[in-house]
Formats: sequence, structure tokens, C-alpha cells
Amino acid sequence: MQLLRAFLLRMITTAITLIGVAVIVFVVIRVVPGNPIAMMLPPGATEADIARLTARYGLDASIPAQFLIWCQGVMQGDFGASITSNQPVLRLVLGRLPATLELSVMALVIAVIIGGIMALTGTRHRGTKLEAALDVGNGMALSVPDFLWGLVLILVFGVVWPVFHISGRVTPSLDLPFTTNFYLFESVLRLRFDLWADIVSHMFMPALALAIPLAAIIGQLLKQSLKETMHLDYVTLARTKGYGENHVITREALPNAILPTLTLVGVQFTFLIGGTVIIERLFSYEGLGNMAIDAVINRDLPLIQGIVILFAVIFTGVNLIVDLSYALLNPRLRHG
Amino acid sequence: MAEKARVDGRSHIRRRAGPRLWLSAGWLGVLLLAAVLAPWIAPQDPLAQDLFLGRLPPIWVQGAEPGFYLGTDSLGRDVLSRILYGARLALIVALVAGFVTCVIGAAFGLLAGFLRGWVDVVISRAIDIWMAFPPVLFSILLIAVMGPGLMSIIIAIVVIDWTRFARVVRAEATAQGAMDYVASAQVAGRGRLSTMVTEILPNVLPTIIVLLTLEMGIAVIVEAILSFVNLSISTDDPTWGGMIAEGRTSIHQAWWVLIFPLITLFLTVLSFSQLGEGLKDRFDPVLR
Repeated sequence: MQLLRAFLLRMITTAITLIGVAVIVFVVIRVVPGNPIAMMLPPGATEADIARLTARYGLDASIPAQFLIWCQGVMQGDFGASITSNQPVLRLVLGRLPATLELSVMALVIAVIIGGIMALTGTRHRGTKLEAALDVGNGMALSVPDFLWGLVLILVFGVVWPVFHISGRVTPSLDLPFTTNFYLFESVLRLRFDLWADIVSHMFMPALALAIPLAAIIGQLLKQSLKETMHLDYVTLARTKGYGENHVITREALPNAILPTLTLVGVQFTFLIGGTVIIERLFSYEGLGNMAIDAVINRDLPLIQGIVILFAVIFTGVNLIVDLSYALLNPRLRHG
Repeated sequence: MAEKARVDGRSHIRRRAGPRLWLSAGWLGVLLLAAVLAPWIAPQDPLAQDLFLGRLPPIWVQGAEPGFYLGTDSLGRDVLSRILYGARLALIVALVAGFVTCVIGAAFGLLAGFLRGWVDVVISRAIDIWMAFPPVLFSILLIAVMGPGLMSIIIAIVVIDWTRFARVVRAEATAQGAMDYVASAQVAGRGRLSTMVTEILPNVLPTIIVLLTLEMGIAVIVEAILSFVNLSISTDDPTWGGMIAEGRTSIHQAWWVLIFPLITLFLTVLSFSQLGEGLKDRFDPVLR
């Protein structure tokens, strides 16, 4: 009962957040100088042409009226049409979403693997020079944001030792048999491992750039929890039973130390998704973020609106899932 | 034995905090000096173009010209001079945007954490809404609205990042507000706002200073990102982000156009962050 009430309250605050985001974006982009309609028309268009097109995109109404019209459309799944390409915003945005999702999830997986290995190695060799060295690396990784790691990776693996692609999502000359935009996923389903390798080789650099700061956070927190757990009685008991250090760390300490890290990963994952905007730009990766920057530069109001709202939905959605799974995983909260 | 390991671990951190703090402060000091003295120490005019001197390599590589120590970009502009002048913009943004964000964010955090009630509800809800925006996209959007320029960059950073301060300060102020000394101050007849400023603020000040240092590093990065997507200030003026954007496109022909501004930016961001972490260790009573 209490859980249900908490859940309902949470849904209401989430709804308020999303409405707040919608209102702010709506107002902010409508004070943009530079008339998008004037940019669409060829030079020499008459005043009447401009007025007709302005009316067609609903830009002649007052801002509150425009907002109401827009909300009505959204309720029916209509986010308006992009001004630059004249296609429905929803279709454009959903077309790019898979690319960004695949990149984010790949980055998350890389971060968990690297962070996990760092934490386990650091715990295994605690108190040694190796741990100190790992800590220094961790500190660096944590201090420098994804944008700069992306540039470093471009220099190292794009120029000095060119082993990965540093631009695009897939080699353009390849013939793609895909019916969805989940290229990475679908290439596996279709057993086209040649395409899969090409896609991974394109995605690995931007994904790694996004992953490095998160890996450092995971490495730091997980190691801290592990080291605390290593002092507990049941771990000592496992040791006296004669289990080796590796077994004690991975089988006994890890399951009990992992919960705080899981919560943190969920929250940090939203920051990672936010980071895709500039990373996609840096690596010319055709995802949502890259499209968003183009939309801002082209003053494509409906498209900007749609993308920002979608990001907000993803952020709040991830946070909601994290909170719910935390409540389900943590027995103290469940019965509290 | 376990206890000993922990004590060792701590003294280890303490020993390293020293050089880390000094190295970071040292680099930032050098940078500040370079920014102030740029007109006198820059070997070339940072805006001077000369197509005959385009893409000259650094001085130690064959084919270099004397006087262009770190080479030139595709328009023949001196990379070193542009980095020195770029430091001016980077540091102005770091200091001004950092301080203004800090004052506004900390004020909101203090009010929410100490006054509680509806003030807290409104500010917390606003923070939630802000956290649902992708920050980079939000900053690009704001610059597009306000038009490029130094003032726009600073406003964009303040508008987006005040929540970083507000969230943390709010939590700390809430914790401090529940403590006995605050109650005694109130019993002694102090007003609410006076208690907030004289009792709570000094106790959250160390946290605010650490956040401020970190925020300065973030401001430098935001400026670089905005000039990277060509939305910072006018395209002629030297900015690290603008140089990096140019270097990214000519990376296979002239690596030095990317690498030197990148190293400068990297060290600067790292220094602000390490300075903040170092100060955190100094201030944190648990570590002392």
C-alpha cells in the first residue's frame, strides 16, 4: 500500500517534470531570433508567401495558443512536422533513436566491464603499488569529461595508430539489408558478422569516450564497497574455510557490495546519454544528438522540441526504473 | 590487520594530496600569467593570416619556420599565439561563470535547505526539471537563442549549472539546519535569515569552494564545446574549442593544430578538477 502510494507520487512528479521541460523548451525556442520561415523560402518570396507558410506551421498564433495546439497533437502522437525536411518529427526522431540507444548501451557495457575489472583488480591487490597506479588512472579518467576523451581517442586510434573508424556509423559504401535502425542488433540477428564488425569498429571509439568517466566512477565506488565488505565476518569465515582470495572477492564479497554501484550506474547512465549529443557530433555519428545540433543550427523548432522532449522522457524514464528496481532489490526499502 | 590497511590507505591519500594540489595550482597560475601577458609574450599576432605560411609544422619538425614554435593552422595563424590568447577567454569564462553560478546556485540551495516548506518544494521541483534536460543540448539551444558572444556563454553556463550547487548545498543545509547549534542560535534570538548567513553558510562554505573549483573546469569545457560547434564568440577570435574544431578537420594533414590546444585544455580541466579534489581532501574532517 505504502509502495503504491510512493509509486503514484513518483508518477505525478515525473509528469510535472516532463510538462515543465515542455513549457521551458517551448518558450525558449520561440524567442529564437532568425525567422525559420524566411530561411525556408527562396529569395524573392512575397509577404503573402511568408504569411501563408507561417500559418501552415501554426507560428502565427500566440505562444500559449501554440502550446495548447502542440499538446493536443502530442496526445494523438503528432509532434508536428520538421521545418527543414517537412517530415513528421516523430518519424525522424524515432528513426535516429536506435543509433543513440545502441551507442549508449554499448558505452554502458564497456564502462561496467572496465570499471568492474578495475575494482576487482584494485581489491585483489589492495595496498600495493598496482592499486595506487589504478587509483591515479581512475582519478584522471574521472576528472576529464567524455568530450576530451573523444578527442584523445581520435588522435591515438584515428591518427597515430589508425585501427578504428573515427567518423560515421557504418562504412557508407556497404549495402545494408536492415529493416530496422538497430544496425548492431540486427546484424547479429541476420548473422552478418562482416557488417557487425564494421559497425562495432565505427561505434567503439565514441562508446569508449562516453564510457571512460563512468568506468572510473564504477571502479571507484565498487572498490570502496568491496574493501568495506572484505572486513566483514562472513568473508573472514569464507577465508577460514580455505577459499582462495579470488573466490572470496568474486563469490562472497561482490554480491553484497554491488547494490550501491548499481544505483549509481542508473543515475550516471542518464549523464552518459546526455553526453551522446556532443560525442555524436565529434564522431559524425548519425544519432539523435547530431540531429539535435543540426536542428538548432537550422532553427527547426518542431524538431528541436521533439528531440529535447524525447531526451527528457528517456532521462526521467531511466530514473524511474532505477528507483523502482532499487525498491525491489533492497529488502530494507521493500518492507520499510 | 584490516584496520592497519585502512589507516595506511588514508595516510597514502594525504601524502598525495600535497603535490596534486600544488601541481594543479601551478599549472593554473602559469596559465593565468600567460593569459594576462599574452599581448607581450605571444610571438605572433594571433589573427594574422598568411597563406604562404599555412600548416607549418612545429619548430622541431623539418620544414618549420623560425618564430612559429608550435606551427600554424591552415590559414597560417600561429598556434602558440592563439593558445595564449585563447587562455584569456577560457579563464574569463571560468572565473566569471564559475562565481556567478556559485552565488546563485548556493543561494537557492541554502534557501531551499534551510527554509524548507514551499520554497523547498518549488526549488526542488525546478532542479528535477533542469536535470531532465541534456545539458550540452540545452547550452547549444540557449546560445542559439541569445546569439553567440561572451555574455551568452556565461549566461548559458549559469542558467544550466546552478543546479549543481543548489542540489549539494540544499542537502548540506538541510543536514546542518537539523543540528543543535542552529537551534541554539534561534533560541538566542537570531532571525532566520541571519542564522542562515552566520551559522549555516560558514559550515557549508568548504563544500561550496570545492564545487566552485570543479565548476570552473566545467565552464572551460562548456566554452570549448560551444566554440567547437561554432557557437561561441566570433569565429576569428582565438578559442581553444575553435582551434580543436579546425584541428579535427585537418587531423591527417596537420596533427599539431589539434594536439597543442587539446593538451592545454586537457591539463586545464584536469587541474581545476584535481584542485577541487585536493581541497575536498583538505576540508573533509573524515580524512583528517
